[in-house]
Amino acid sequence: MSLLEIKNLHASVDGHEILKGVDLTMNPGEVHSIMGPNGSGKSTLAAVLARRESFEVTAGEALYDGKDLLAMKPEDAACEGVFLAFQYPVEIPGIGNAYFLRSAMNAIRKYRGQDELDAMDFLPLFREKVKLLEMDGALMNRSLNEGFSGGEKKRNEILQMAMLQPKLAILDETDSGLDIDALRIVAQGVNALRSPERSFLVITHYQRLLNYITPHFVHVLVDGKIVRSGGPELALELEEKGYGWAEPDQVPA
Amino acid sequence: MATAVRQLDQYVEAHGDLRAQRLKEPAWLQRMRDQAWHEFRAQGLPTTHDEDWRFTNVAALERIPFRRAALAAVANPVTIQDIAACRIDGALCRLVFVNGRFAPELSELEALPDGIEVINLSEALTNENLEAHLGRYADRERDAFVALNTGLWEDGALVRTRRGAAIDRPVHLLYVTASNGAPVMTHPRTLIVAEATSRVAVVEDYVSLGSGQAFSNSVTELVAGQDAVVSHYLVERENLDAFNISTLRLQQERGANVHSHSILLGGGLVRNNVHPVLAGAGAECLINGLFVGAGQQHLDNYMLVEHAQPDCSSRQFYNGILDERARGVFHGRIVVHKDAQHTDAKQTNRNLLLSDDARIDTKPQLEIHADDVKCTHGATIGQIEEEALFYLRSRGLAESEARNLLLHAFAAECLDRMKEAPAREFVETLIRERLGEMAARHSSKRREAIESETEVAQSWEEVG
Ligand SMILES: Nc1ncnc2c1ncn2[C@@H]1O[C@H](COP(=O)(O)OP(=O)(O)OP(=O)(O)O)[C@@H](O)[C@H]1O
Ligand SMILES: [Mg+2]
Repeated sequence: MSLLEIKNLHASVDGHEILKGVDLTMNPGEVHSIMGPNGSGKSTLAAVLARRESFEVTAGEALYDGKDLLAMKPEDAACEGVFLAFQYPVEIPGIGNAYFLRSAMNAIRKYRGQDELDAMDFLPLFREKVKLLEMDGALMNRSLNEGFSGGEKKRNEILQMAMLQPKLAILDETDSGLDIDALRIVAQGVNALRSPERSFLVITHYQRLLNYITPHFVHVLVDGKIVRSGGPELALELEEKGYGWAEPDQVPA
Repeated sequence: MATAVRQLDQYVEAHGDLRAQRLKEPAWLQRMRDQAWHEFRAQGLPTTHDEDWRFTNVAALERIPFRRAALAAVANPVTIQDIAACRIDGALCRLVFVNGRFAPELSELEALPDGIEVINLSEALTNENLEAHLGRYADRERDAFVALNTGLWEDGALVRTRRGAAIDRPVHLLYVTASNGAPVMTHPRTLIVAEATSRVAVVEDYVSLGSGQAFSNSVTELVAGQDAVVSHYLVERENLDAFNISTLRLQQERGANVHSHSILLGGGLVRNNVHPVLAGAGAECLINGLFVGAGQQHLDNYMLVEHAQPDCSSRQFYNGILDERARGVFHGRIVVHKDAQHTDAKQTNRNLLLSDDARIDTKPQLEIHADDVKCTHGATIGQIEEEALFYLRSRGLAESEARNLLLHAFAAECLDRMKEAPAREFVETLIRERLGEMAARHSSKRREAIESETEVAQSWEEVG
């Protein structure tokens, strides 16, 4: 059974139709990459899958693990194993990073009928991941993303992912804003999580991330629709020829 | 005027009843009380035509027949167990007043360290001369509630620290109203004198037991001597039928540093007056507040910061959270007198409105008579941000939990400014309970998400 099956998905934001019929199927263990021009709807697709409620689904369906994903609240999707690494992680002053992460883990564990983690169980796990992502431990005593640099925010997203161990991870431009070392570290973090059960939807503009995380499939999203799909070589071709080339029925203006 | 007097019968009656008690008091105090009573009768209660009371209507205080609690009630309605539930862990001592009267059997005053005196005011008056401070600062001529309190107070607290004393643990003053049916009024009076270079924290805590209606009209005068460091906490957690008018008048000498924290969680109609006078060069004050209202609560904060001497700084930070039909007011007035060069005054008021019916009126006001001053102010009114809520929920937190966290984060700004751990932890627990109730109520009532924080387009109102 496929892990995610999206059919003819249409979605609007503030009355504007952004997604205009997206079809996508992902199997367990697969890495799919989505590329596409600015404003084509990549983040919108990611947010709809993570169940952002201000984004209205107007048609279509999405089955996740055989369940109706579009009927879920964001917290239910998260508890079922969907994770979104945000393109622009939100800064929330007054909520500690570690405290938040433990609350989130416990919410998910509770949903799954597992015992909650106390600080003693949590901390060693947390420290291990902080180390894996080569993050500054002092950062973790600060408020959630508050005053983090762009790269630190992105690493923090991957840290959260590593802790929450999702089944479907959606990475929205996690590579943008990273320096070369950070890119390698983040990619290692992602690769450490790859497994036959876990799937990744990697949204990016650049081949450089895909050098580290080799996708099984690459899709091109233009104006709210997937206009082309292929293997990893498609990303290279796009890099060379631009998005215009990817749209077969593109009429030059 | 004749009608106003007739409508204030309840206060006139109380004044008559207290005649016998007043006769035992020192002559200077009797004179002060007579004069204050005269002022009160001349002024009556303020109306919404009064600029300082534009947003808050106190007509109910004329209408409702508040009485002093009966003396020698059948039995004290308040038990040790009731009080145990109100205690502050780590407090130095506790002075308890029930319906405005000292309750020694409920208080804990054992083994106070050297350098501090904590005693009920009527007792203190029998063997000390308080004329130098009591009634010297709060303005009974311009403020009818101060005049009323001065005429009618029966008891209250005296806290005095001696020169150089450093008192680590906070003093807890617990003012309880316990009305069984008939509306009760109290007029607590507190005097805090921190002599030069001493350090102390005092928590004034207003609680109601039972659901009866009460009117508490308190006046606190706090004198911080040269280089003294004082924290004052006002905690309002009375029931939703309570009327609470409180006036905190701070008098700061040279180099004195005072923190005022106001935490308004309960009460139906609350007016919180904070009035520091920076009367010595180099004095500093921090005026920090959090008000949380729901239902029909009306929480009015009236700040009047007076810079009278050079090189003083004042910081005002007030955060408000209002839900349902609650209404908040933040009125921040700064007066810089002629001699107060190098004044540095800052004012910030941030508000979260959780419902379309909640309302905040925020009004900065500036009156400057010196030329070398720095004053800034800012006010924001916003909702819980949809994006922040989504971020937290996308990690698995239920909506109510996510809301709760965000409300906490907003309140945490105020908590972080409280330096005394026992007081802060006490306040934090109260806030957590209050916000928990609000978040739980909210997620059951689904609302469409609205975003953004709007800067309130507003400039200083220049006065004078
Ligand atoms: N609240 C909104 N109201 C109207 N239009 C919106 C709103 N939010 C997003 N959009 C529009 O939706 C379109 C898709 O935005 P989206 O963020 O999904 O693009 P993207 O493919 O992720 O772009 P990028 O590569 O720049 O991240 C854009 O044209 C954007 O302007
Ligand atoms: Mg995007």
